[in-house]
Amino acid sequence: MSVELQGVRLQLARFALAVNATLAGRITGIFGASGSGKTSLLEVIAGLRRPAAGVVRVDGVTLTDAPAKVFFRPERRGVGYVPQDGALFPHLSVRKNLLFGHGEKQIRPTGLNFDHVSEVLEIASLVDRRIETLSGGEKQRVALGRALLAAPRWLLLDEPLAGLDAPLRDRLLPYFVRVRDEFSIPMIYVTHSPDEVMALCDDVLLIEQGRVEYQGPPRKVFVPATGARYELSRGGLVR
Amino acid sequence: MSAEAWQITWFTIGVATLSTLLILPFGVALAWLLARRDWPGKSIVETLVALPLVIPPVATGLVLLKLLGRRGLLGGWLEKTWGLEIVFTWRGVVIATAVMSFPLLVRTARVAFENVNPRLEQVARTLGSGPWRVFASVTLPLALRGLVAGALLAFARALGEFGATIMVAGYIPGQTATLSLSIYHLVQLGHDGEALGLLAVSVIIAFAAVWGSEWFLRRRTS
Repeated sequence: MSVELQGVRLQLARFALAVNATLAGRITGIFGASGSGKTSLLEVIAGLRRPAAGVVRVDGVTLTDAPAKVFFRPERRGVGYVPQDGALFPHLSVRKNLLFGHGEKQIRPTGLNFDHVSEVLEIASLVDRRIETLSGGEKQRVALGRALLAAPRWLLLDEPLAGLDAPLRDRLLPYFVRVRDEFSIPMIYVTHSPDEVMALCDDVLLIEQGRVEYQGPPRKVFVPATGARYELSRGGLVR
Repeated sequence: MSAEAWQITWFTIGVATLSTLLILPFGVALAWLLARRDWPGKSIVETLVALPLVIPPVATGLVLLKLLGRRGLLGGWLEKTWGLEIVFTWRGVVIATAVMSFPLLVRTARVAFENVNPRLEQVARTLGSGPWRVFASVTLPLALRGLVAGALLAFARALGEFGATIMVAGYIPGQTATLSLSIYHLVQLGHDGEALGLLAVSVIIAFAAVWGSEWFLRRRTS
């Protein structure tokens, strides 16, 4: 199970994204400051952006090959995508949001059914609600459930906890752990929070100005800080 | 109200409805292309579409008359190939009102599409929906309020169109006489009373259209 990025290049406003990496963790973190190119990289994997150069392979299947002009459309990639704000469809109920991509796929991993996903994410009581009545945390759980019910091969999560306050983030983190443990769907988790990387990820890519500065275990680059939190080690890698 | 006044009223409503239905698919498609895609010549098309808003309606009418007349580029072809006469017929009224109300529809619909968060469409794609299903199940429902408002605005504009219509279709009682053409004609003849009657009808229809659109917008919001 891997996402291979070979010579992926995409011109952004201030710099070019240039990435060579193989992501093979159960949850791979993509960590970097705002505007470092994290979201753009995720969009390249999801097929929402075409890179100028490079190859993207997911589990051995070539989804993008810029020189050979191979490009699978987003709907044919089998990747679940959860953006920062959840992007729930405001004109549909929670239930219809959850079922939006459900049933599109022939092969469905066991356990990925409506009842089980609702139970794991504790959203069964929300299904008849309107989107605008949900709290921030509820929205993110519904967005995660919706992506899961489309039975993706990979889940791409773009700062799903950014914009929420710290106590709420702490309450939501266990849901991602449960999803990781229950459904065995590999995830790529974009964040600028060292705590989220340490809590969830077994592999991390540090991105700065569109380039990978480090890839490996999170504990080598994050050190404990005050208040049971973590921070990026100032001197770079912790040897 | 006299039989003639009824005929003028129904003719005007029919023409405005037909012209709105005629421009709706093209206007919505163009608005979407302007809101969501970049293509060569986009700014030229944008300017062309806006032209009827800024040049005098009579001038637009003159352009249409030259284009659609028997010796016109399009009119000649239509008559030879399909036997269709446009100028000084009800078809001329429909085309004149359609051209004059097209910019209002496109502008309103474009804003409606621009207000739909593109992220929602992207997420729908990743959930397995192709572009058409995304348009039908996400973009269209979310832009619907603006599209209906645009269509009603176009309808209202078509109801009151005068300058381009008089050039292309003239005033022919029973054939091309709309409410606004008839009001003008009646005032010219000094029949102010009858003109005021038609004015009242115009106000009632316009009020109903605007009130209907406001009601629709409120209903969708609540």
